[in-house]
Amino acid sequence: MSSFTYDYVDGNAAAGELSRIFATDVTAAEGQCAHCGAIRRFAEAHLYMQGPGVVARCAVCENVLLRLANVRQRVFLDIRGMTYLKLDTSQSLESSR
Amino acid sequence: MWRVGTVVALNDETETARTLKLEILEWPGHVAGQHVDVRLTASDGYSAVRSYSIASAPNSKGRVEITVERLPNGEVSPYLTQNVAIGDRLELRGPIGGWFVWRAEQNEPIQLIAGGSGIVPLRAMIRSRISAGGTAPFRLLYSVREPGAVFYRDEVQALSNKDNAVTVTYAYTRATPKDWPRPPGRIDAALITSATWSSNLGPTSYVCGPTSFVERVAGFLASLGNSPGKIRTERFGPTGDRK
Repeated sequence: MSSFTYDYVDGNAAAGELSRIFATDVTAAEGQCAHCGAIRRFAEAHLYMQGPGVVARCAVCENVLLRLANVRQRVFLDIRGMTYLKLDTSQSLESSR
Repeated sequence: MWRVGTVVALNDETETARTLKLEILEWPGHVAGQHVDVRLTASDGYSAVRSYSIASAPNSKGRVEITVERLPNGEVSPYLTQNVAIGDRLELRGPIGGWFVWRAEQNEPIQLIAGGSGIVPLRAMIRSRISAGGTAPFRLLYSVREPGAVFYRDEVQALSNKDNAVTVTYAYTRATPKDWPRPPGRIDAALITSATWSSNLGPTSYVCGPTSFVERVAGFLASLGNSPGKIRTERFGPTGDRK
């Protein structure tokens, strides 16, 4: 049996970076994978952070859901891997209590 | 938005892990299970950000505890566990996360499952339940390498001695205390079955640890009939590094 290491973390780990862009918490947001149609919380996505940016993949089919790259003072955000992302605006980050 | 936190206390949990108590200006408060990002900046401008789970219960005093495990080749954890002194100031962003959280309004049975330093956010949940005077039934299954690697030892011990508080089960993977009934080994289906709430009770499970541990445990929970929406996970990655 060959050994297998997991090289991803989960969507929770991107929350700090995404809090620079979104005014509400993204980890509890529900998103639909544009490839397989699975509906999951963003926290459940598989997150790859070894590269210069962040890549989130669907926990079911591993389709790329989101890519985020920081280039100097600009952030590139690609979320075409999701058909939608449902954010709860009653939970703004600054008043998350 | 980055805030400044001042280190007000330090406590060694194990040979490689240290708890830092921070006092943060204008901290908006947190919910058990959330984390903070810590940013260290070198004199040449190079900066590194790491995410650490909050170990303490919500409070109104702007006090937050984090417990940091030192990683052999870490960029941030050696500094936080060996060099930081009381009075030092750190840059912090948070609180972060709204999914891997336990709120005092939740009444259903709660199953906590920790692998190694994955105990940190679960300890915040236990403390939160105690400080809120909550009565939700809690169980903790804590997988740890050896007795010396247990975090918050006295506190967890006190919990397991009290009736009707939090039922604690340890699972040792490499070395056990003397006369321990179960030989060292990873958590398996039999242990999950005996040490966790039955899925019939509709528990919410919080599983935190290295990715391989979380995958394994979440798989067991699902196969025992727990619905995926009731299994909340937080993964550290292959090494336990939170980056």
